[in-house]
Amino acid sequence: MSLPPTPEPLNPGTPEPLPRAPRRKHFASNAGFIVLAVPLAAFLAFVIYMFVYLSVNGAPVLSWRFLTQAPVNGMTEGGIMPCIIGTILVTFVSLVFSIPVGIFAGIYLSEYAANNVLTRLIRSSIRSLAGIPSIVYGLFGVALFVSALHLGLSILASGLTLGLMNLPWIISTAEESITAIPSSFREGALALGTTKWEAIRHNVLPFAFPGILTGVLLALARTMGETAPILFTGVTYFTRELPTSLMSKFMALPYHLFALTTQHDQVMKVRPIAFGTALVLLALVLAFDAVAFAIRMRLAGANKWQV
Amino acid sequence: MRRTADRVAHGVFLAAALLGVIVLLGILVFLFAYGVKAFKEIPVFRFLFGTVWNPDAYGTKQFGLIPLLWGSFLTTLIALMIAVPFGIASALFIAERLKGKVRVVVKTMVELFAGFPSVVLGFFGLVVLAPLITHVFHVSSGLNLLNVSLLLAFMSLPTIISVSDDALRVVPHSYREAAYALGATPWTTALRIILPSAKSGILAACMLGFGRAVGETMAVLMVAGNAPIMTKSLFEPVRTITSTIAIELGESSFGSAHFYSLFALGAVLFLITLGTNLLAETLIKREKRSFML
Repeated sequence: MSLPPTPEPLNPGTPEPLPRAPRRKHFASNAGFIVLAVPLAAFLAFVIYMFVYLSVNGAPVLSWRFLTQAPVNGMTEGGIMPCIIGTILVTFVSLVFSIPVGIFAGIYLSEYAANNVLTRLIRSSIRSLAGIPSIVYGLFGVALFVSALHLGLSILASGLTLGLMNLPWIISTAEESITAIPSSFREGALALGTTKWEAIRHNVLPFAFPGILTGVLLALARTMGETAPILFTGVTYFTRELPTSLMSKFMALPYHLFALTTQHDQVMKVRPIAFGTALVLLALVLAFDAVAFAIRMRLAGANKWQV
Repeated sequence: MRRTADRVAHGVFLAAALLGVIVLLGILVFLFAYGVKAFKEIPVFRFLFGTVWNPDAYGTKQFGLIPLLWGSFLTTLIALMIAVPFGIASALFIAERLKGKVRVVVKTMVELFAGFPSVVLGFFGLVVLAPLITHVFHVSSGLNLLNVSLLLAFMSLPTIISVSDDALRVVPHSYREAAYALGATPWTTALRIILPSAKSGILAACMLGFGRAVGETMAVLMVAGNAPIMTKSLFEPVRTITSTIAIELGESSFGSAHFYSLFALGAVLFLITLGTNLLAETLIKREKRSFML
């Protein structure tokens, strides 16, 4: 995918390079910064160790059969295919809701919102939503979707609960990407007599698209790994049938991992399957993260590597 | 026709944005409406100040918030004692020393870890940290307060690092230049000028890290041991608000006092995180305002 030409930096607000310190030898100063680097290095080393550990222990379990078979013999053998399908379905449902709503809200906040009480209320609400624990979304999902709207325990109820949770993430990245488009793009179109919407559609959204896509992919990756919101809205320990409709209960990768490690009566016997499940989930999440970051790197590359 | 399309678009976008407000209010209304129903059977006073949580007792079932609140705050505070110094040091290093591609790669890894599935982290705590803790400290079980706090420290680090880095980055360059002109080394400048100038933003980062840790469910659930006691040692099991909801919502029958009491717990958690977030937001705004001369 080729990026649109950007005559001006995408983020006009990013700071200029740090001013240079006086050129003297600062032994104590450098030593200080080396001490500061230790916690960061420890943190990054932990992240890498965890990834390697899960890969090493999960890889031997992975096989084509593991990915394409249903669990058998009380989940002690077989694969995790229904969990992969469940996770994909429920994430898809959540995004069908949150992508359009999130982008529309992002457009409103960056293009239409005046500096008034209403806008401050909207922004504050969205930031607050982003900070609400996922288990609280789970409770809300039980009260609203499962019970009040009679969706029962279903893919639809779980998907919508996840959709509400990832909505604020999508709104904020969409708003950011749209705001980063220079105002001259809009003014050019408006000067030719277009309406505001036409200017946004033709001269702003196409250029904001890579940024919006990055946000959507990151939201997708995080949504796939969420367990608490689906715990009581439709995910199930084991089901013989694959989902037949959006009203079916379903199995999901994160819950499967949780169930295998804490709910199963032969915890040690299913440990290899748990490792395999963890690795598959992690690989799926990281794959979407990687695509998102690749797009962001290209954007940043066009903008001299500023984050 | 074009004008109509323009107006329709405006309306649709406004409606989408307003949905954010509606969802927040919706969560508030539903949690409280359900939570209040618990108080038909459980006296409010006994809920707020009760020191025993035992909803399955044969005699009087007890729904005391205190041990769960204690568990949530204790795990989070110990986690922050680790994560705050680590996070601020890391952010200061990233903001003052890293440039270009290295900076992008490091910030990417930090951000990537923020979206890491918590259930996988919990699994890691269960299979790696728990045996390690039993081995090192010679205790019978590694599913305890220490394990939870370590995991929560890792989970809140990305938030603390990212938000602190942002806070350090908005300190104007003129501050740095002035310090250099007076002969300060980069280290003195970072420690004595940049860090104090960004203090409200960094405090906000710690509050957001608190909100992240206090609301974490799956990782906590998997390594906490989950006994609803007033935990006093690092090696005792602990039960938080989040794990109580996760464990008991499936067990309680729909419409029982127990079921509604879990929504009351959710409402308490909601108020804690909402309060922390609003406070953090105010602090970030204050920092930005302080640099507008």
